[in-house]
Amino acid sequence: MSAHLLDQGAAAIAAAVREGRATATQLFAESSARRMATHAGAESLNAILWPATEPPEAAVPGGALAGVPVALKDNFATRVLPTSCGSKILEGWVSPYESTAMRKLRESGAVLIGKTNMDEFAMGSSTENSAYGVSRNPLDRSRAPGGSSGGSAAAVAAGIVPIALGSETGGSVRQPAAFCGVVGVKPTYGRVSRFGLVAFASSLDCVAPFGRTVDDAALALEVISGHDPLDATSADVPVPPMRVGPGSLDGIVIGVPREYFPDSLDPAVKAHCDRALDALRAQGATVRDVSLPHTEYAIPAYYIVAPAECSANLARFDGVRYGMRIEGDGVRALYEATRARGFGPEVTRRILLGTYALSAGYYDAYYRKAQDVRRLIAQDFTRVFASGVHAIFTPTAPTTAFQIGAISDPYEMYMSDIFTVTANLAGIPGMSLPIGRVNGLPVGGQLLASHFAEPMMFRVAYALEEALGQEAHR
Amino acid sequence: MAVTPDNVRHVAALARLGIPEAQLAAFVDQLNGILAHVDVLQRVDTTGVTGAAVSGARVEGEQGMPLREDVVAPVTLQSPPVQWAPKMAEGFFLVPRLATHEDAGEES
Repeated sequence: MSAHLLDQGAAAIAAAVREGRATATQLFAESSARRMATHAGAESLNAILWPATEPPEAAVPGGALAGVPVALKDNFATRVLPTSCGSKILEGWVSPYESTAMRKLRESGAVLIGKTNMDEFAMGSSTENSAYGVSRNPLDRSRAPGGSSGGSAAAVAAGIVPIALGSETGGSVRQPAAFCGVVGVKPTYGRVSRFGLVAFASSLDCVAPFGRTVDDAALALEVISGHDPLDATSADVPVPPMRVGPGSLDGIVIGVPREYFPDSLDPAVKAHCDRALDALRAQGATVRDVSLPHTEYAIPAYYIVAPAECSANLARFDGVRYGMRIEGDGVRALYEATRARGFGPEVTRRILLGTYALSAGYYDAYYRKAQDVRRLIAQDFTRVFASGVHAIFTPTAPTTAFQIGAISDPYEMYMSDIFTVTANLAGIPGMSLPIGRVNGLPVGGQLLASHFAEPMMFRVAYALEEALGQEAHR
Repeated sequence: MAVTPDNVRHVAALARLGIPEAQLAAFVDQLNGILAHVDVLQRVDTTGVTGAAVSGARVEGEQGMPLREDVVAPVTLQSPPVQWAPKMAEGFFLVPRLATHEDAGEES
């Protein structure tokens, strides 16, 4: 890849466009050329499902992302391009309205270059559950990019866009960011409006940006954050500056939870974590062992809460008002045929599981219990942050990117979110950034902070990124 | 609490999912596999923990989930439903004729 403006940070790209040194049309052309070069043949990345083919109008708003090409996961409602959620049930569907995140990007000058591949309705950790074929990891095309926002992660890693949006319910941005060697940020629940993000599990879902660098991700989060009356769960709190830049970590305490470093952790992943912790110490931080004792219950609790909420949210896909419709003998047969044909196996499995967990006789044993355990998981974090810890450091995922097709057992796949799902259950912000490579495959380090403490999380991330330098990609 | 084929038939009916009989056994196995892992939750002492009103951001907050005014504001659509609904007539979504209420709500 030759040195091009598109390879610089999003802030530099936008400055060049605002100052007339480049145009949105030129950047769109370069981004499109890179998409086409990576989306050909049997080894196609298949990261971008629905590309924009028309260049932007000459004048884009001269905002923070003026002319910056961006890609959005296919579960964001956009008024141009389809919104299929990686599902047959919404094949070809074009939304009659626009998500708040898309509106904010557009108003800041960003140019949508395509909608990205994903596990169907964001249910998965590899993009293998997409109805439109798996995405490939740009660093090793035999491997998965992670998921469910794998297409967005791959698009950023392949240099097609500096910024992309994904969504998180249990780690669907941080895990693919780790697998593809880019930065992925899950904000505090409520920080970014979910209006127009197709719902999976409403108490967990977050809009979450990817960036090639910490600064790209921070800039994207600044643009899309803020209260929105169209989302009842959107938090009415001020948006602080996220682009705090690198600096000293004097006085900063980093917690290292022992539950995230089990004996089974890949030793090479652990070695990179140790190196990252050394780098944080060198920047002035104090590293302290902490405990989050309910961590082992997070995946079981998640796989009750999330399917229960999905079983309710996905009831709207019934073949009556929009999307696929398979006719049947009577309205009930219409529902059953449409949903049987429209949903893939993982979505069907989760609807069944969630309906079971909520059904008469099982509600207390499963759903209520899982919600109680969720509260204990949140209290673990509250206790650690109240003890003077500013941020927590962990590996993002227990392994590097796995081979496409390597994991067939559903629960084994669920375990790839073991270190990320806790932040979703607790509602706290988290992010993944590259901290090294093992056999050429990226390893992600995860930072977690308390509710609405994204500036602290970014302060540590900028410092770590600067301290590691090119070592983060070796 | 092992899941039986009848359990899966029942929840599939509740969820309006037409699952072919040939796929039933696989779903039974998978749900039992997942729930076997989930059963560790029963080991956790949740006495005195209230699961009510757990929300993402405000789990530990003083005020819990804030409630907005129950007012619906219209969202402008760029295209009317007739352009994207599977079947419409005179402003109504069309579905097959309901012979009786029982057909819509009960096992048929």
